[in-house]
Amino acid sequence: MARMLVALFSGTLFGLGLAISGMINPAKVIGFLDVAGDWDPTLAFVMGGALLITIPAFRLILKRPYPVLADSFWIPTLSSLDGRLLGGAALFGVGWGLSGFCPGPAVAALAPAFATGLVPVFAFVVAMLAGMAFYRLLFERPVRGMGEGRASGPGGFVSRGGRS
Amino acid sequence: MVENFTPVSGLIGGGLIGVASALMLLFSGRITGISGIVGGLLSAKGSELSWRAVFVVGLILGAVIYMLVAGGTNLVQMEASVPVLVVAGVLVGFGTRLGSGCTSGHGVCGIARFSNRSITATIVFMGVAALTVFITRHVF
Repeated sequence: MARMLVALFSGTLFGLGLAISGMINPAKVIGFLDVAGDWDPTLAFVMGGALLITIPAFRLILKRPYPVLADSFWIPTLSSLDGRLLGGAALFGVGWGLSGFCPGPAVAALAPAFATGLVPVFAFVVAMLAGMAFYRLLFERPVRGMGEGRASGPGGFVSRGGRS
Repeated sequence: MVENFTPVSGLIGGGLIGVASALMLLFSGRITGISGIVGGLLSAKGSELSWRAVFVVGLILGAVIYMLVAGGTNLVQMEASVPVLVVAGVLVGFGTRLGSGCTSGHGVCGIARFSNRSITATIVFMGVAALTVFITRHVF
């Protein structure tokens, strides 16, 4: 129950941050990506503002043996580059550049889309879910629990530390 | 440049995103990668499904709160047509899952751990996105 409240609170803060920073607006994101046009550097300040928090916070948090409400940290352990990482990032980059949407802002933008009946946002999110389902169809074998699936998945998520 | 540049609200919004990511790691031990959280909605079960669903509800709720407080109307402006957005959506969904992350998981959380995979992925997707915008805006 407490973990659900953390997820709700954290998700809400995240969505609020995306809205305040203007990142739910694809036009603003494309303004950042369009380095040859009327360049808007705001996105760099958003990432910078986030990293100002996460760099020191993650360093401190990962000194703990385990999280406050869970048995272990779920941290990617792969360190080598591979074709999936590079190819996936490149495909994502094409989609991001075409639309101005990455996953978080697209989902958060559902709120103004519901309010104003903005069909293109729904179209994007449904297509994004379809792309994720297509990935799952091709690369993820059926697994019983999410834990095992992620532990052996291409992201190399392995739980680290843990209570003993 | 740039009448639209908003560094202060960018830093504040980014700071909130950073705090949200730190809370998820501190309390639940999870990396706040939106593509992983949303993608997990398609396959996770039980409590693994419910925390993801609740997080996504929060993501939308946060934008609702902003709309109620700030009251702006033109929050989402899109230039692309619906067919282009559908293609882009499929690429973003497939690409972020194949590449194990997006702007949040690689760009915010991964770089914070100085992961060379995340730093590389961020350079690749940002570079390719900028190139894509250059081609669609300035070439065609």
